[in-house]
Amino acid sequence: MAEVAYDSASRIFSGNPPVRAVDQLNLDVADGEFLVLVGPSGSGKSTALRMLAGLEDVDEGAIKIGGKDVTNVPPKGRDIAMVFQSYALYPHMTVADNMGFALKLRGVDKGEIKNKVAEAAKMLDLTKYLDRKPKALSGGQRQRVAMGRAIVREPSVFLMDEPLSNLDAKLRVETRANIAALQQRLGTTTIYVTHDQVEAMTMGHRVAVLKDGLLQQCDTPRNLYDRPANAFVAGFMGSPAMNLKTVPLTSEGAKLDGVVVPLSRAALGGASGESLSEVTFGIRPEALGIVPSSEAGMDMTVELVEELGADALVHGAVRIGDSSERFVVRVDGRTPPTLGQNVKVAVRDTSEIHLFHPETGNRLDG
Amino acid sequence: MTFDASSPRVANPAAAARATGFRRGTRSTAASIGLHTALITASLIAVFPVFWVLVTSFKPDARAVETTPKLFNESSLDNYVRVLSGEKGDFLAWFGNSVLIALLTTAIAVFLSATTAYAASRFLFPGKRSLMLSFLVVQMFPFAVLIVPLYNVLLALGLQGTSLGLVLVYCTTAVPFCTYMLKGYFDTIPQDIDEAGRVDGLSPFGVFWRLVLPLARPGLAVTAFYAFLTAWGEVAFASAFLSAADESKTLAVGLQVFVQQNRTEWGHLAAASIVVAIPAVVVFYLVQRFLVTGLSSGAVKG
Repeated sequence: MAEVAYDSASRIFSGNPPVRAVDQLNLDVADGEFLVLVGPSGSGKSTALRMLAGLEDVDEGAIKIGGKDVTNVPPKGRDIAMVFQSYALYPHMTVADNMGFALKLRGVDKGEIKNKVAEAAKMLDLTKYLDRKPKALSGGQRQRVAMGRAIVREPSVFLMDEPLSNLDAKLRVETRANIAALQQRLGTTTIYVTHDQVEAMTMGHRVAVLKDGLLQQCDTPRNLYDRPANAFVAGFMGSPAMNLKTVPLTSEGAKLDGVVVPLSRAALGGASGESLSEVTFGIRPEALGIVPSSEAGMDMTVELVEELGADALVHGAVRIGDSSERFVVRVDGRTPPTLGQNVKVAVRDTSEIHLFHPETGNRLDG
Repeated sequence: MTFDASSPRVANPAAAARATGFRRGTRSTAASIGLHTALITASLIAVFPVFWVLVTSFKPDARAVETTPKLFNESSLDNYVRVLSGEKGDFLAWFGNSVLIALLTTAIAVFLSATTAYAASRFLFPGKRSLMLSFLVVQMFPFAVLIVPLYNVLLALGLQGTSLGLVLVYCTTAVPFCTYMLKGYFDTIPQDIDEAGRVDGLSPFGVFWRLVLPLARPGLAVTAFYAFLTAWGEVAFASAFLSAADESKTLAVGLQVFVQQNRTEWGHLAAASIVVAIPAVVVFYLVQRFLVTGLSSGAVKG
């Protein structure tokens, strides 16, 4: 049990120019918290995790675990356990040996190792497989062994590097819930890396979004979704992605295909303070809706309908200024429009509009 | 959309195969006979020389080379008795020397090349590229060119004429090659395993000793086999660097006493050759179950 802190930690890979894989990362993780690091590939999320594990050098700044500076401590001195994407099980050892290896290295009594392994195996439903080698296990079982190896150690921090990405979709959803429940039960501080924003939203107490080595925002999943700090976070979190378009700004609101969408005072104030003539206008697909043609709205030509069962996603083109922009609208699954149809689309709730600076991408209403 | 349209297509390949008389995984009787005849012929050609040495080893010298060779002609174990009893030279001493030199070479070469290859496979250090390149370049010199400079080096070190000197000489050829081979093998072991070991509490040497070496057993077996053979059958270096005294010869050098300018003792030579071949066969037998995986495992991860 321990809290974790990144204190302006950077990892710089040599090259010309040098690459700042993780750039001045400041992040505090509370004791017992489940923090998810999420970002597109190359965002530095795995590097940040490996720095915490001691597998990657910290070139600037410091890393603390439980208040102790571990910046220059080798991995074995950090009291951490890591679950790798490839699981990294020891192929020449049985499941039981794999799980008990760390304890064996610490010189723990054999009987005690056996008990702890048996206990963890029971928790993960692995009791039947303790005598098998990893190659005789399925992907899901291997994943559980990797989890078991981490649990048996009773470390102060769990590190997980995309542990679910090698599982099939159904098993992934199942295991996702299991890991979250297990973490809840053990109450161990956990740092979890993923590129899947659904995993991030569903598992984390808080989610840290990284891009190009820079922390974009770290907040609860709800806040990330409702109040993204910038256009990148807005576009990254949520599936399907938010509609983000650069549109002209008037004194009443944002101008979309002849329709002026009224904006909140805070947002307008933010925009006028910078005297912008254009803004990046963001709206999630579920905040848009198809309205009868008599009402005011944007004209959209339906180009693609993705039926998901409960609802359907309608992709279509809307003219903004001189160009045609693509919008996604979430509609009721039973009555989707047909391809090529012209529909009217309107903003259902103006409070769900997000405005960002067209150049910096920062949120405008503070 | 239904899958009805595709079912005739699924049936088609089977029908086509039936029409031409071929199915995947089977061959016609004629092809089978041809193939087996060719394979059996090739096997016989490969085995015959060894077989004939074995046959000759039981014959007296006078019967070894005949115009109408017979399988058995006054065959007995006399040749073996004479060779092993040391009548023709201290055969058992040669044998001991060879075993000692080959085993020492194997041990040193495997140890050095395993540690070097691990460093080259896992760590970044200045001069890594040139080190690996120099290992490759060393392989390109013909042995004959090396004899004189190596002789001088051994003389300067005071190791000329000793077994240890010869072991070091063999290592100069075995270590670079084995390092290359093992580096390739270590590269196929995922680095994640090293990292998992380090997180679990192993020191860098612990990772090498407890995780990488056990996983590299097939590669180590191949390397050991190569190093053993390098030393076991080598003649040129052994005759140049060992002292001329009869009891300090290795087997490969000692065998020359049976082949003299005017006379060749075929029976004794053959008997000695068979005895010489036995340890190599034993080593091969011990490592052979690793050899197949070892030689192929570089290709695919697994």
